[in-house]
Amino acid sequence: MRNYIIKRILLSILILFCVTFVLYVLMRSLPASFVETMAMQLAQAPGAKPYEEWIAQLNASYGLDLGIVPGYLKWLGEFVTGQFGDSWKWNVPVVEEFKSSIGLSAVMGIIAFVLELIIAIPLGVIAATKQYSRADYAITAGALVGISLPTFFFATLLKLVFSVKLGWFDLYGLVGRDYAQLDAMGQFLDKANHLVLPIATLVIVSVGSLMRYTRTNMLEVLNADYIRTARAKGLSEHTVIYKHAFRNTLIPLVTIIGGSLPGLFSGALITETLFSLPGIGYNSYQSMVAGDIPFTMFYLTFIAVLTLASNLLSDILYAVVDPRVRIS
Amino acid sequence: MSEAIKNTPAGNEPEHYSLNDDRRVKVLSPGALVAKRFFRNRLAVIGLAMLVAMFVFSFVGGVISPYGQDEQFFTINTLEREYVGVSVNSSYRYSVAEGQDFGALAQSELLKAINAGEESFTYKDVTYTVVNEGEDLYSVYQGDTLVVVAAKDIFNAPDSGSVPSLEIRLAALRAYVNGETDFEVDGTAYTMDEDGNLLEGGTELGYISRFIVSSADSTVVVTRDFKEKLEEAISDNAEDFVYTSEDGTEAEYIISYDAYTSSWSVKQMTETQVYDRYSSPSLKHWLGTDTNGMDMLTRLMYGGRVSLVIGFIVVGIAGVLGVLMGGLAGYFGKWVDNLIMRIVDVFYCIPSTPVIIILGSAMDAMRIDPMIRMLYLMLILGFLSWPSIARLVRGQILSLREQEFMTATEACGIRTWHRIFRHLIPNVIPQLIVTCTMMLGSTIITEATLSFLGLGVKFPFASWGNIMNDVNNAYVMTNYWFIWIPAGVCLLITVLGFNFVGDGLRDAFDPKMKR
Repeated sequence: MRNYIIKRILLSILILFCVTFVLYVLMRSLPASFVETMAMQLAQAPGAKPYEEWIAQLNASYGLDLGIVPGYLKWLGEFVTGQFGDSWKWNVPVVEEFKSSIGLSAVMGIIAFVLELIIAIPLGVIAATKQYSRADYAITAGALVGISLPTFFFATLLKLVFSVKLGWFDLYGLVGRDYAQLDAMGQFLDKANHLVLPIATLVIVSVGSLMRYTRTNMLEVLNADYIRTARAKGLSEHTVIYKHAFRNTLIPLVTIIGGSLPGLFSGALITETLFSLPGIGYNSYQSMVAGDIPFTMFYLTFIAVLTLASNLLSDILYAVVDPRVRIS
Repeated sequence: MSEAIKNTPAGNEPEHYSLNDDRRVKVLSPGALVAKRFFRNRLAVIGLAMLVAMFVFSFVGGVISPYGQDEQFFTINTLEREYVGVSVNSSYRYSVAEGQDFGALAQSELLKAINAGEESFTYKDVTYTVVNEGEDLYSVYQGDTLVVVAAKDIFNAPDSGSVPSLEIRLAALRAYVNGETDFEVDGTAYTMDEDGNLLEGGTELGYISRFIVSSADSTVVVTRDFKEKLEEAISDNAEDFVYTSEDGTEAEYIISYDAYTSSWSVKQMTETQVYDRYSSPSLKHWLGTDTNGMDMLTRLMYGGRVSLVIGFIVVGIAGVLGVLMGGLAGYFGKWVDNLIMRIVDVFYCIPSTPVIIILGSAMDAMRIDPMIRMLYLMLILGFLSWPSIARLVRGQILSLREQEFMTATEACGIRTWHRIFRHLIPNVIPQLIVTCTMMLGSTIITEATLSFLGLGVKFPFASWGNIMNDVNNAYVMTNYWFIWIPAGVCLLITVLGFNFVGDGLRDAFDPKMKR
């Protein structure tokens, strides 16, 4: 087991090198619009150096004068030693900007995920136990509608209904207009109020796949021989489903849930952008569009690490949870 | 899968078949079985119907629609423009004779005398005689010389021509106030008609009226004719009137009275042709028009084409690449498998949404032609989504490779290429179809999301995503539902259709399925 994990981690590091190299090449091959815009502005100041000199100076100071491979090695060296550089767009160290925005995204992700679990698992179990009933059709159709809903359309619909027509929530932002005047409790409630619609969007849009996953696995377990045995020996249907079937359904569920834990920190790019929430997704979107290489590279690497971590975690969990699985 | 379904013969069929006659047994091919199971699934059939409807809407609708994808519509907009202000003169105006000096202080002395009803007043040791010539009309003499005329009615000189002398004006005012028609000054006969026009023989010397017409800005030239018409309209208490100027242009004017300043403001209605933006649904435009004045329904149809075509091409690219790579990896195993699977791992690890956004904004910066941009978009999306198909194909082939029919192909000496793509891949097709159908839905969502963010399909091409882009304007979101709700609903129906069908196909292909 330990050897397996070490092997997987080493492999993950290798993949990470490849991924960061691909991403670095991509970022560097783009027209360096950020630096050009900046040089243009600086050159327009009275008595300033000409554009060419500025752009050369800026490229040198941002490390863009190196070739792609030496540039990547320089970036990698700095990254490994923890020097993540300064964000061009936000004018602060990358880590600082990251720290200021990751909290919100994580809170949103975790709350949405817990809600998803609470909704998806019971509904999935019900759908599977009453296969082909009205309830099953309704739940399956509902799950597919959730999967098919484009985030931006659903978020806009929610905004129209709850913000514009009913006026319960604000359209944008994390805090209300009178946030500064509120006491601590009021500030907390104000933020919570602003997070209701984004979290609702996240939950509805992503609850479907977990629901279907639960249903499929539950169905598979229900068709197994040991369930027939349990029924044959005269156990009540309740015991069969919740004691024998559900516990076995938990194996793939725990695997997939464990696997999605790292993803909770990656931020919801579209939702955060639509609601103008200063989370990691929104900030990174702004950085990407502005061509802010240090921040974007940091964010993309972060996401890649999270992806690798979730794959590893779900594989390990699979072996831990299911005694039948032994990894060599 | 060669399961036979027994059909009891219908009543009118001859019954002379023996019990074990083959004709009594209807044998269905595996494909027919799949179809049968598929059509028994209600959700799948609904999904299929939704897809057919959306395809007809997008591909046939665009042909039927009388409008073009980027045809702009115009509407006539009436613009109100402040034209002139009209007020009734309620204070005395003083006309001073040539060469005389009668300043503001003298005027106020005169006013005092008029109000007190005195016949003379003294200002700066000079005594003036005040003569009441009629209602609101006074003439002031110093000795025998006429110094000033104070009147509430105003004598206006004609549009072209000089101002007559003060004596003539006084006489005209006198005649106007007292309702006389003919009078004589210095041996010349003048006529005053009912409208207050002063005539000498046939020529007009000026006219008298209490209305003051002042133009709103220097570009407005108020003609005498217009003033007359306007005064007529005002005295009729009309709210609007139409005036045709000498060069034949007709315009409508709106008159509104402001009691506070006791004046009328006259607005000219000018008609301008503008883009018919955000017009509400009507018979001409069933779903209204968008921000550029284009027919929304037609845009939706063409947008559907773009969304569907992009979806199919992207999934096509991903499918071909995925099958190729997955097939090679699964069949050859060893280092080929290792290499391809590591590439797949790398691709899996690349955060696709951010990468597409970065590439989209880069294409923005490079100002790529919308058509070429659409091609790039398809290539990028396709290139980023092949790994999942490759994984699926490889996994299937790994298990299929060990089966007897593969040993048989080897024994028959069939070429490797044929073994992979004619014997292995067809066995993967069911799962492939299911995955591709589901992928179509998610690709369409991805494309729409990108276009929504303004980084995907660009104007003048429509896509359901960039139609909804207008929602970023909160005013459009709250007031023009017809701009964004239909696009969102189309998107939802299409993706839902693909997902329902994919789900139904998955069940139908599964031989373990009991129903």
